[in-house]
Amino acid sequence: MTWHTFFAMGGYADYVWSAYGFATVVLLWNIASAVHRRRAVMKMLRELALAEQTPKESAAQHYVH
Amino acid sequence: MSHNLLGTARCIFQRDLLLAWRKPADVATPLAFFVIVTSLFPLGVGPEPQVLSRLAPGVLWVAALLASMLSLGRLFAADHADGTLEQLALSPHPLTPLILVKVAAHWVTSGLLLVVLSPLLAMQLNLSGHAMVTLAITLLLGTPVLSLLGSVGAALTLGVRGGGVLLSLLVLPLYTPILIFGAGAVTASASGLDTQAYFSLLGAFLLLALGFTPWATAAALRISLD
Amino acid sequence: MYKYASPKNFYALAGRLVPWLGTITLLLFVFGLYLGLYVAPPDYQQGDSYRIMFIHVPAAWMSMFVYVLMAGAGLVGLVWNIKLADMLATASAPIGASLTLMALVTGSLWGKPTWGTYWVWDARLTSELFLFFLYLGFIALQAAIDDPRRSARAGAVLALVGVVDIPIIHFSVIWWNTLHQPASIGSLGKIIAPTIYPTMLHPLLIMSLAFFLFFFTVVLIRMRGEILARERHTGWVMQIVRSDANAPEARP
Repeated sequence: MTWHTFFAMGGYADYVWSAYGFATVVLLWNIASAVHRRRAVMKMLRELALAEQTPKESAAQHYVH
Repeated sequence: MSHNLLGTARCIFQRDLLLAWRKPADVATPLAFFVIVTSLFPLGVGPEPQVLSRLAPGVLWVAALLASMLSLGRLFAADHADGTLEQLALSPHPLTPLILVKVAAHWVTSGLLLVVLSPLLAMQLNLSGHAMVTLAITLLLGTPVLSLLGSVGAALTLGVRGGGVLLSLLVLPLYTPILIFGAGAVTASASGLDTQAYFSLLGAFLLLALGFTPWATAAALRISLD
Repeated sequence: MYKYASPKNFYALAGRLVPWLGTITLLLFVFGLYLGLYVAPPDYQQGDSYRIMFIHVPAAWMSMFVYVLMAGAGLVGLVWNIKLADMLATASAPIGASLTLMALVTGSLWGKPTWGTYWVWDARLTSELFLFFLYLGFIALQAAIDDPRRSARAGAVLALVGVVDIPIIHFSVIWWNTLHQPASIGSLGKIIAPTIYPTMLHPLLIMSLAFFLFFFTVVLIRMRGEILARERHTGWVMQIVRSDANAPEARP
C-alpha cells in the first residue's frame, strides 16, 4: 500500500479524515483544558499566598472566586 | 398547623388553589402562550387543512410542553420568597407527600386547563373529532408527568441566577418520551389506528413519575434551602 | 485503600498515576490506529468509510458510561458526603459532553457516505443528541450555583433523574424511529453488526480501551485542579503552592 492510497481512503478521504481530525481536536482540547484549569488554580493560589505575605495588598480578596 | 398528615395536605392543596384563584393572571399567562404559539403555526406553514392536520399532533404537544414548562416558575418561587417552603421542610410531616400535594395543586391550575383548552385549538388545526378526544386523553395522562418532572427542575433552580432559561435546559430533554408517545397517539388516532398501547405507556410513565420524582424534588428542595 | 479517600493523598496518588496512564493511553491509540487505519481491510459494502467506526463507537460507549459514572459518583457524594466523589462527578461532565459531541459529529460524517446525508433522525444519533442536552443541563446547573457544596448536590440529583430517564428516552426514540423510518435506511448498528470480523473487532476493542484510559487520565488531571481549588484553605495545599512557586513550570 502506498501513502497515496492510504490517504485516499478508497475515495472516502474527506469523511474519514474529517472525523479523525475532529476527534483529535476534541481529545487535545480535553488535555489542554484540564491542564490549563489546574495551572490557573495554582497561579491564583500563588498570587493569594504572595498577597498574604505583603499585608497591604489585601485587595487580592477578589481572587477567591 | 398541628394537623395529621392528611389534614395538612388538604390545607396546602386548598391554600395553593386559593392563591392561584386570587392571581388569575399568573394562571392565564401560560394558557395564553399555548393559544398564541398554536395560532402562529398556520401563519408559518400555510393554511392548507391537510398540512395543518398533519402537523397538529406535534404542534399541539410541543406547545403544551412549553406552556407547562413556563408555568413551573410559580410552583415554588413565591413560597420560597416568603419562607413558607422552609416551614414545610421543618414541619413534623415528611416532605415528599406534601410536595406531591403541591404539584397536584399546581397541575390543576396549569396542565388540567391545557386539557380543557385543547379541543378548541385542535379544531383550529383541523384535527378530526376522534383525534381530538385522543389528544385530550393523552394530555390528561401526560401533563401530570410534565409537572412532576418539572418540579425537580423548579426545585433545583430555586433562587439560582438565570433560573428560567436554565430550567428549560434541565427539563425539556427529560420531557422527550412524553412528547413522543403523546403526539404519537394523536397521529395514530388521526390515521385510524389503535391507541391502546400509547395510553398504557403514558399511564406507566405517570405511575413511574409519581413514585420517583417527589423524592427527587424533596431532595432538591432541601439542597436549595440549605 | 481508605488512605487515598482523603483529598491530600488522592492528589499525590493522581499526580503519580497521570504520566503512566497517559503513556499507556498514547501507546494504545497508536496501536489501535495502526490496526484500524492500516491493517484492517476495507469493508465489502462500505469501503473505507467504516473506519470512522473506530472512533465513533468508542466515543458513543464512553458518553453513556461517563454519564452513569457521573450519576453514581453523585449518589455516593450525596449519601456519604464524600468530597472526592463530588469532584469526580464535576470533573467528568465536560469530558463526557465532549465525547458525546465527538460521537455526534463522527456519526454524522459516517452518515453522509452511508445514507447520503449528514443527519438522519436515526435512533442512536437522536439518543446521543439528547444525551448531549442532558450533559449541557448538568454543566449549566453546576456553573450557575456558586456554593460548591450546593452545586455538587444539585448536580447529583439532576444526574440521578437523568440516568433513570436515559433508558426511557432511548426506548421511546427507538419506538418513534421504527414508526417513522423509511425501510431503505438502516440504523448504523444494523450495518455494523453482521460485518464485524476479528480484523475489525480488534482495533475497535483497542480503541475503546484507549478512550477508556484517556478518560481516566484527563479526569485525574481535572480532579487535581478541583482538589486544589476546594482545599485551598488547608495547610497541605498552601505548602504545595509555596514549593510550586520555586518551580513555576511544574508538570500538570
